[in-house]
Amino acid sequence: MRNVLELVNIRKSFGAELVLNDLSLTVPEHTATVLIGASGSGKSTLLRCINLLESIDDGQIFLDGQEISDPHINVDDVRRRLGMVFQSFNLFPHKTVLENITLSPIKVHGKSKDEANAHAMHLLKRFDLADKADQYPDRLSGGQQQRVAIIRSLAVSPRLLLLDEVTSALDPVLVNEVLTAVRDLKSDGMTMVLATHEMGFATQVADEVCFLESGSIVERGSAEQVLHNPQNPKTQEFLKRVHQAGRL
Amino acid sequence: MSEKKSSAWSPSSREIQRRKSRRAISRKQAGIAAASSIFVLGTLLIILVTSPGWETVKTTFFDIEYGKEVFPTVIKGLWINLQLTFIGGAAIGVIALGLALVRTTKSPALTPFRFLATAYVDIFRGAPLILIILLVGFGVPALGLRGVSSNVIFLGTVAVVLTYSAYVAEVIRSGILSIHPSQRAAARSLGLTSGQTMRFVVLPQAIRRVVPPLLNDFVSLLKDTGLVSILGVTDAVRAAQINASRTFNYTPYVVAAILFLLITIPMTRYTDRAIRQRTNAQNSEGAI
Repeated sequence: MRNVLELVNIRKSFGAELVLNDLSLTVPEHTATVLIGASGSGKSTLLRCINLLESIDDGQIFLDGQEISDPHINVDDVRRRLGMVFQSFNLFPHKTVLENITLSPIKVHGKSKDEANAHAMHLLKRFDLADKADQYPDRLSGGQQQRVAIIRSLAVSPRLLLLDEVTSALDPVLVNEVLTAVRDLKSDGMTMVLATHEMGFATQVADEVCFLESGSIVERGSAEQVLHNPQNPKTQEFLKRVHQAGRL
Repeated sequence: MSEKKSSAWSPSSREIQRRKSRRAISRKQAGIAAASSIFVLGTLLIILVTSPGWETVKTTFFDIEYGKEVFPTVIKGLWINLQLTFIGGAAIGVIALGLALVRTTKSPALTPFRFLATAYVDIFRGAPLILIILLVGFGVPALGLRGVSSNVIFLGTVAVVLTYSAYVAEVIRSGILSIHPSQRAAARSLGLTSGQTMRFVVLPQAIRRVVPPLLNDFVSLLKDTGLVSILGVTDAVRAAQINASRTFNYTPYVVAAILFLLITIPMTRYTDRAIRQRTNAQNSEGAI
């Protein structure tokens, strides 16, 4: 299987604080890698580094074999091949749902308006949001907004989708509709890296689960291994706390 | 938001009682407001009409017959102010937007322009408008540059545009800076360039946000066009001045003031309403 993403010995600090410490990760095509770990363990920073929203201090990042951590790389060109969904949706409030989705296809990927609209409507129908096409984001529920954000990142057919705690801002009922949408993508064969606190969901979609602590992957393996039979004491401790909070 | 039909509903006795109490409370508040207004305004009026010079003031400032006589020349002058406001306003919009964009960009090629734009804003925002008008109005013709008009209306407009562009640039820039970085992150992660992000995502939201303060500046602009009268432009202020100095009756100034107010007060009310609506929208949505 081809590797879509390869991280080699990534290091990143904010000032004196080391956020990612010698972290390596390989994401093969059509697989989902789930990052778990406490807040501040470096999950979000890792995703932002992959997306080049943050620059790394050391190490290399390869996308489809091309080194994207090279300073001469065309950042916009890299981002065109990546999709990113944020915890707080980050939809554009001044644009309708349809305009949110078609902005990048039209302005970045040079599609005609008709073509972009048709593709967007197709995706909206698939995620049961066709009737919201002409509404502004603030008229939608959180779950609907997040699904629109997912569609927006899908509309440019990314090679790799990065999902940063996409359900953390939602109430438990809305979480499900978003997770269903992500599961659908997984069964379509979309390559994904997800940071999440939903352990049950991680079990369902993950090909590999990585437990992060203090910017390092301290344990990795299948969901069965890491979540249900963890070997590392730190993972055990984390999962125990998650369990006590009733999230497993 | 759902519109359920509530045909079988009639208010409970408790609700009827509550409504009665609310009406009683609002009647009482209206009464207090009226009494306080009559007292304060009445006192001011009494102080005014019982002052020793009131009779003189009445004839020299509020001569209705004379006011009617000078009205046509003052309103003709006001037309100059309005033209200056709209033509100047358009130029200010373009220049200010350019300044704001240059000041917020990080492009290395624009570094010298960023420096110049900052210096420009510092100078023109910090110097009194009346000085700029005098310097431009008398300084530029003195340079004797070929092809530069020495028409006072033109030079007056240039001075006002120079100063207001600095004010408005800062308003637009504050709007740009107020857009949350997550909007930029979302746009950039979709592959938009920094220019496209500014044009399609940041600027449209920023401009919407600064419309109320821009309307404020527009009202100020209209008033401040009156300052070009010092160059000899026959605007409303100058027209009033000419009449007043001929007869030593100051009614023309009052006429000019009333004419300005007739335009600026509705604009100010409208601006206040726009600000209120914006604030309400922000409170209910949290984000925009």
